[in-house]
Amino acid sequence: MDFVSFLIQVLNSLQYGLLLFLVASGLTLVFGIMGIINLAHGSFYMIGAYLAFALTSMTGNLMLSIALGIPLAFAFGALLEWALFSHLYKRDHLEQVLLTYGLILIFEELRSLAVGDEVHGVSIPALFSASIPLSDNLSYPVYRIVISVVCLALAGGLYFLIQRTRLGMMIRAGSHDRDMVKALGIDINLLYRTVFALGVALAALAGMLAAPISSVYPGMGSSVLIISFVIVVIGGVGSVWGALVAALVIGFADTFGKVLLPDLAGLMVYLVMALVLLWRPEGIFRKA
Amino acid sequence: MQLTLGAITATLVPLGAAQAAEKIKVGLMLPYTGTYAALGTAITNGFKQYVTEQGGKLGGYEVEYFVVDDESDPSKATENASKLVKRDSVDVLVGTVHSGVALAMAKVARDTKTLLIIPNAGADELTGPLCAPNVFRSSFSAWQPAYAMGKIVAERGHKNVVTVSWKYSFGEQSVAGFKEAFEKAGGKVAKELYLPFPNVEFQPFLTEIASLKPDAVFVFFAGGGAVKFVKDYDAAGLKKSIPLYGSGFLTDGTVDAMGGSGEGLLTTLHYADNLTNPKDQSFRKAYALSYKMQPDVYAVQGYDAAQMLKSGLDGLKGGKFDKDAVAKAMEPAKIDSPRGAFTLSKAHNPVQDIYLRKVEGRDNKLVSVAEKGLADPARGCRM
Repeated sequence: MDFVSFLIQVLNSLQYGLLLFLVASGLTLVFGIMGIINLAHGSFYMIGAYLAFALTSMTGNLMLSIALGIPLAFAFGALLEWALFSHLYKRDHLEQVLLTYGLILIFEELRSLAVGDEVHGVSIPALFSASIPLSDNLSYPVYRIVISVVCLALAGGLYFLIQRTRLGMMIRAGSHDRDMVKALGIDINLLYRTVFALGVALAALAGMLAAPISSVYPGMGSSVLIISFVIVVIGGVGSVWGALVAALVIGFADTFGKVLLPDLAGLMVYLVMALVLLWRPEGIFRKA
Repeated sequence: MQLTLGAITATLVPLGAAQAAEKIKVGLMLPYTGTYAALGTAITNGFKQYVTEQGGKLGGYEVEYFVVDDESDPSKATENASKLVKRDSVDVLVGTVHSGVALAMAKVARDTKTLLIIPNAGADELTGPLCAPNVFRSSFSAWQPAYAMGKIVAERGHKNVVTVSWKYSFGEQSVAGFKEAFEKAGGKVAKELYLPFPNVEFQPFLTEIASLKPDAVFVFFAGGGAVKFVKDYDAAGLKKSIPLYGSGFLTDGTVDAMGGSGEGLLTTLHYADNLTNPKDQSFRKAYALSYKMQPDVYAVQGYDAAQMLKSGLDGLKGGKFDKDAVAKAMEPAKIDSPRGAFTLSKAHNPVQDIYLRKVEGRDNKLVSVAEKGLADPARGCRM
């Protein structure tokens, strides 16, 4: 591999890893803080993509659709938490897995009824539709760079929210001792609802951002879900910072694995997970 | 609902001989969720359309459906197929799209001697080493369209090609079929790139292709993966410099979602959107009326699976269901397909014309006949 291709592959790795981070961050928050194994998290990614498709067909503008979609997804998350997930905190993981697996089936069925099973495309906003020539015959789409920048900004925002704000302090405390936080007079239910809704909004945002480059199709959440769990486990359950590092590790492993060891491409991600867990069984970063 | 009612009838009501002679139980095992959901639905629509045209009966037998979503998951395939055969005691299995799942279905069909009609999955083995008197295909073998494309790409003067595909049997066999014809004509496949199904993160491959600078690229993808690959290929600026070719699954049912990125792509398949035979015209009209959308090659394959079954059932002349007699009657049938009439090879695979098509607007328009009456070589079939 020559030097230019190497640099471009680094760019590919970063972009893929950052997008994965956006999905995995919500999963690790909900898992780490509320202790819920949410298999339906990939569905939120899919819902986001379909939301982008539906809203863009109405408004004709992806950026406007995303601006509308985020509060919608947040509200949807809050509603789900109130109706279903709030009853799961004290249940064991098996029941959580059953309920959230059931949700995947329900979401897919509703999606099928509402928009059918076809593959849809969402066009890239005109503002970002250009490409930057990188080598004599390859250009890099500006939109992919935009995705990376948005994801990086969100990573920074999340870090600030959790480490530097009062809400973040409550979130961190809530993850350690639910009853103590309650005793201090903090509305733990509202806190959990906010965290869950935030997680849903993050996954949906990832889906909306990815819609133009990944196209929109049935079952698109499932592969993202599996890889997100790998990231959460490698990064350390509940650690947003860990999720970022792990997502980048996976982005690099997957990208370079495909090109350098094509025969192992399918296994690469899991090999990395096994190696990391041998080295640090609780993930790269322990629970915050 | 159909499924539960059918199951109850099957277990509780002992069927008299007279009754059994009037009804045929068809087990539809197809994907209704996941990457290939749209394909499963199109096949089902096509099958049911033919049955409806025949007044709800095939060869005088009323059709009762038993439906299972196979989720394109090979690990559930044996169980799903066995359920249809043992619990619902279907007379004929119809399925499926994913080759891995179809291979498991073929095994169940061989073990239980159940009649199987494959309305899509193109794994070469199904009508190759695994061929059997009771296994039929209404679609194609992976080898067929890819082989035809290998010849076309060589004729267009390309010498050095990179291939990209999902790493599962259908993808690998498409690449092998392409390579066979292409290298026979003097070309060279420089590198074969594969990624696990249904992974769609192509960006690293595009970088690799750009640095290898081949004359052309041959791909196998379908559904959501096809849309994404073509869009990514265009966005990376490769479409202008390195022509892209594929077997027809790349652009069937996916052109709309590609949003212009697919324009001008050349693919090979046993169907095109503007064939002029009267059968195709009446088929398309009826399909659009019933399902409020245009049919595709998958709908044709479902339709032809029902036609093949009818030819088989006609052989019974209204008597009791006997799968050997059905299979015997199906073998010499000439199927009046919307794709153009076809017959079956000794290995039970269609002997059919492969068309070269070009994406224009929303259609895969016919350019020429790439191969006339192309028969799969059925290597390894002993029958």
